[in-house]
Amino acid sequence: MKALVWHGKEDVRYDTVTDPSIENPRDAIIKVTSCAICGSDLHLFHNLIPAMLPGDILGHESMGEVVEVGSDAKGSLKVGDRVVIPFTIQCGECEQCRKGNFSVCRRTNRKAELADKAFGHHTAGLFGYTHLTGGYPGGQAEYLRVPFADTTHIKVPDGIEDEKLLFLSDILPTGWQAAVQADIQPGDTVAVWGCGPVGQMTIRSAILLGAEQVIAIDHLPERLSMAEAAGAITINFEEESVIARLNELTGGEGPHKCIDAVGAEAHVSMGQPDTILDRAKQMLLAENDRPHVLREMIYACRVAGVISIIGVYTGLVDKVPMGQAMNKGLTFRMAQAHVPRWTDDLLRMIEDGRIDPSFVITHKVDLSAGPEMYRTFRDKSDSCIKVMLRP
Amino acid sequence: MPLTNVTGIARSEGDPRVERKGPSSLTGPDRLARALGWFSIGLGIAELVAPGRIARTLGLEGKEGLIRAYGVREIASAVPTLSVDKQVGLASRIGGDALDLGTLALALRSDNPKRDNAAIATALVVGITLLDLFAYFGTKSVHSREPGSGRDYSDRSGLPRGAQASRGLARKDFDIPADYRAEGRVAHAVPERAA
Repeated sequence: MKALVWHGKEDVRYDTVTDPSIENPRDAIIKVTSCAICGSDLHLFHNLIPAMLPGDILGHESMGEVVEVGSDAKGSLKVGDRVVIPFTIQCGECEQCRKGNFSVCRRTNRKAELADKAFGHHTAGLFGYTHLTGGYPGGQAEYLRVPFADTTHIKVPDGIEDEKLLFLSDILPTGWQAAVQADIQPGDTVAVWGCGPVGQMTIRSAILLGAEQVIAIDHLPERLSMAEAAGAITINFEEESVIARLNELTGGEGPHKCIDAVGAEAHVSMGQPDTILDRAKQMLLAENDRPHVLREMIYACRVAGVISIIGVYTGLVDKVPMGQAMNKGLTFRMAQAHVPRWTDDLLRMIEDGRIDPSFVITHKVDLSAGPEMYRTFRDKSDSCIKVMLRP
Repeated sequence: MPLTNVTGIARSEGDPRVERKGPSSLTGPDRLARALGWFSIGLGIAELVAPGRIARTLGLEGKEGLIRAYGVREIASAVPTLSVDKQVGLASRIGGDALDLGTLALALRSDNPKRDNAAIATALVVGITLLDLFAYFGTKSVHSREPGSGRDYSDRSGLPRGAQASRGLARKDFDIPADYRAEGRVAHAVPERAA
């Protein structure tokens, strides 16, 4: 089959690989009908996340049709079922799965020993990601083996196009969780840093949850225009001071809820001098991430406010003002999205027309164009915000 | 043996393996930049480890400290050249090339018995400078985002009922789960205590 394969930093190739096969009675194989490139794939593209190996198949946003089912998954899946595959692999039985904390499932990370050393305690297995999360082959491919398939799928109805359903795999529940873990209440002012695909979903989620005022922060005009389309007030951080404008919009008190949809790779510019130092440290392997947004959120947030972190961080960060955070009494919530916890609610909202996630797709191409699209998406050229791939 | 075969030991039996490599996301200028970055490291180490030998070969005796400093500069340029910010590294390399050519000009004086070696070195540095310039402008052209190119997506709300009508629409059948509440638990207790 064909697949997008990681070969090293900035080196993704459209390779011919062997077909996946059932390994475990709980496995299933799906024929991928649609998949997408995620912002966190760019962290892999940049080799910022450790423990990637040449030959790893990328992709954790995919959907398709079931073509083969292991004996133990037959009770919940059958050949021909149309499914979206969550980026988190969950057993559905462990202590954390039973609590709804699917992204920290205790049983699906097949390289748990390695991950224990890196994280202290391992997290769930993820598709198309580092070997710290199991090194499972991803879904930017013609076929995908789904481990723990009886619990790792979202059945979706016929009659709704892939474009509207595909993002149940990641960015829609991720943006939704960003808003939910900020505990958005009607009347709140919510500031969202980063208007990439997850930021865009977060903005819509905040509106749907009743935020009075949503403020979107970025510097790319196309992303800001997409944020405005959902009713957000926008701040272009290259043209105005984020702190001054946030204070102006909130009577000097700051937003109630601040959401980081940027994570490890904050934009580097002279206007944000801390990012230059962070970038230099990253090159020297003295720091993993550029936590500019985290610093700014802590400073900007209203006292006793909530900081929600959904942008991916990869490791060590420097100069995070914990004194400000502690003295202001801020609450921090963060996690990789616990996808299946939210997908019933989100599928219902798609079906009854409260949200249509397809708005975010700016590029729809054949899987063979994947390597070029990684470049386009990373360079933010051609106003690219979200790439959907068809195998 | 291809690297992807070696890394196969980290995979399970049913995992797909690479059979044939296809087109890459790396462009020609990216590959050239990478090669120049590794060249920088090699040259930098040579300048750090054997400055005396280089000085004698070029007739630049007494400049060993300067050659060692250039070694540090080469390695410092290599770090960004090998990173995703390769244009920063390549610009730094081009500046370094100018310094190298200026220094080699001293060795081209007529009374230098190693003048021929210096001439060869100068020709090599000119060649490398051209490669640096090609890589710099090549990567800039391949990875640039045209200024003012942002498309207008203001018709893409994703909220079929409109932004204003969608405000709070999820609340009709969704409440923030108890384990995700951040404010309520504290706020509910306050009025009783104040009373």
